[in-house]
Amino acid sequence: MFLKRVALASVLAISAATAHAGCQISGNVSIVGNEFPAIHTVANGAAACMGGEVKINLTADHQKINVDGMSGNPAEYSSAIIANSSIVALMNEGVIRPLDDLVAVHGQDIPKNQLITIGGKVMAVAFMANAQTLAYRKDVLAEIGVDVPSSYEEVLETAEKIRAAGLSQYPVGGAYAAGWNLAQEFVNMYIGHGGAFYKPGTAEVAINNEQGVAALEMMKALTEYMNPDFLTHDSNATGAEMEAGNVMIMNMWGSRMGRLMDDEGAEEQVYSNITVGGPLTVDGGSTPASTLWWDGWTVAKNVSDEDAVATFLAMKHGTSPAILNAETMGQAVWMIEGYTPAPVNDGVFAAIAAGTTSYPMLPYHGLLHTALGANIADFLLGKESAEQALADAEAAYTAAAKEKGFLN
Amino acid sequence: MKHKPFFWFVFPSALAMLLFIFFPIVSVIVQSVHVEHEQVIKIVETCDLFGCKESTTVDHDANAALRSERPLGQFSGLKIYADRNHLAIDDLGGNWTSSKSWRDFGTQILNLPFYKAITFTLVFTFVVTPLVIIFGFVVAVSVNSAVKKIRGPLIFFSLLPMMITPLVGALILFWMVDARGIVGSTLQYLAGDPDLSVKASTPLTWVMLMVYGVWHAAPFAFIVYYAGLQSVSQDTLEAARVDGANRWLQIRHVIIPHLLPLTTFIALMQLMDNFRVFEPIVSFSAEAHATSLSWAIYNDLGGETRQLSSAAATSVLTIIGVAILLSPVLVRTWREYDRK
Repeated sequence: MFLKRVALASVLAISAATAHAGCQISGNVSIVGNEFPAIHTVANGAAACMGGEVKINLTADHQKINVDGMSGNPAEYSSAIIANSSIVALMNEGVIRPLDDLVAVHGQDIPKNQLITIGGKVMAVAFMANAQTLAYRKDVLAEIGVDVPSSYEEVLETAEKIRAAGLSQYPVGGAYAAGWNLAQEFVNMYIGHGGAFYKPGTAEVAINNEQGVAALEMMKALTEYMNPDFLTHDSNATGAEMEAGNVMIMNMWGSRMGRLMDDEGAEEQVYSNITVGGPLTVDGGSTPASTLWWDGWTVAKNVSDEDAVATFLAMKHGTSPAILNAETMGQAVWMIEGYTPAPVNDGVFAAIAAGTTSYPMLPYHGLLHTALGANIADFLLGKESAEQALADAEAAYTAAAKEKGFLN
Repeated sequence: MKHKPFFWFVFPSALAMLLFIFFPIVSVIVQSVHVEHEQVIKIVETCDLFGCKESTTVDHDANAALRSERPLGQFSGLKIYADRNHLAIDDLGGNWTSSKSWRDFGTQILNLPFYKAITFTLVFTFVVTPLVIIFGFVVAVSVNSAVKKIRGPLIFFSLLPMMITPLVGALILFWMVDARGIVGSTLQYLAGDPDLSVKASTPLTWVMLMVYGVWHAAPFAFIVYYAGLQSVSQDTLEAARVDGANRWLQIRHVIIPHLLPLTTFIALMQLMDNFRVFEPIVSFSAEAHATSLSWAIYNDLGGETRQLSSAAATSVLTIIGVAILLSPVLVRTWREYDRK
């Protein structure tokens, strides 16, 4: 009994020692962020700091609360964990502070490539990367005798063969749910066709062109091989379709591959054959029809210097090599020293190597994303022409951009 | 009642209405007639994990003084109400001159987000409200005529749809009508079409949303009618029976007139509720097929860049819509009150 207690005490002492190894803060920290395993790991890493209170609020609705939560003085949240699309909302409202002075004093050991700089000022520190790439069933491709597709044209050929072989009626998957997901697929496809979203240097949208139409036509061609309910299928539903053995080939987020390839939710035949490939190109282009994403942390402008330093130190600790262990290693493509990639992360690295562009980090791009999500479904449903759908999206964006002061 | 006690009697509720209804509406109206200051965009170099590139950002210093002086933004009058995402006045005129036929004009109007949303909203309201009243009435009469012993459990089961959280209730139906769900498969079997999918067809999605609307709201009408049935005069019923009235005649001439005031109440509540249809569209992921005014507000606020003024304008239009919808019923009630 005594021995047991001693052992327990020493285990506790050791874990406590590792928990606050080198992380002592003298201020309060309050974190808001999205809710998925990798973010939990970061927040828990930050909460391991001693000396101040660390409050955590992780929710899928983080974007609805982070701007308001950081607008007050003092701000409710001292740090928001964001991605390259959502940092824009915080930048537009000017609620996050440049981190240069904090980096100079406390952050010399943060690798330079993790620092996100906008106009020469460090605005965020990135800790993980993400991208949509190919996921496929290697047994099915072997059965019909085709190579792993590298372009969307090859995906269509493969899909036709899978259907002809009677292996699956709807072999292609995609997160085509109307709204954010659908708009994201268009953004990918349009970039793959070499399209530019705006007239250079302005907020004037310019997507109703050859590339825009070609992107929509390719999306429509893909939907012929998708479950007819594709407009209601988000990433979760599409992943479930693959785990159910219906979908054989799809474009999927790197951060979700782990869940597809683990032994939960699918038969052995399915999960052991799901393989991650690189990003797809389209129309003979060299730029992949995909976008690169990063997740990072920021520090609020309206907090005391004391809390800002505490937040910086806590978040730095939450994204330091200390958080990596056997369990957390596979949760994301960590941009942290000491990270060793697993096969599940091949896709994201392939996307980086292939020169995939990062998702546009522009003040007005969120408005275009919303406009696209609400307008291009009509084309996929066959209700209107591609040109009309693009014109509608442009008009919806223009009205919104006028309201937000980006256009006159 | 004397004026003074009357004042103190209604004061708390008047205060609450002022604070929680009147002031928010005023704030929404004020928001809807303002747009943001012109944003000064500057071109900067942005560097992330994947390299550097030229991009743009908002220059906050450029109009910081203007922003702090007038934090609401610039006054825009009714510009937002008239823009394409709302009443689309200019587009309507353009469509009128460019369209070749009435049909063509109709298609073009339904392509505008506001008119697309209001069309579904109105169809939903005017289909669901009467069906809720009819179903609620039928269930109430049936339960009331059941043996006393089983009435308790019957009431409980009849109320279940209303007890379930709307989002959860909608999700249950959503999975049942899936092509591989129990209702979806049955429909495929009955129609003899293995590719039939409720979620992929606009008309079937509308039907599904309305079926859900009726299923969810009928218990409300049921419980109100059931309460009303308890006060039906047994003497009148008995007199009717003595006069040889059958069950239908009793319902037609005794019960329905007795429950008429309740019908007005249910109709009012349901018109308001159904005009704000929202949850089923979200939980059925039906936005590609059907949108409503409330959904439009949600969509404006849910994006990465929030469109507060646009959402505010749609809210005001919703309030006006509810007022127009309720006016016949309110006018009637007022006249009846006046007569007394």
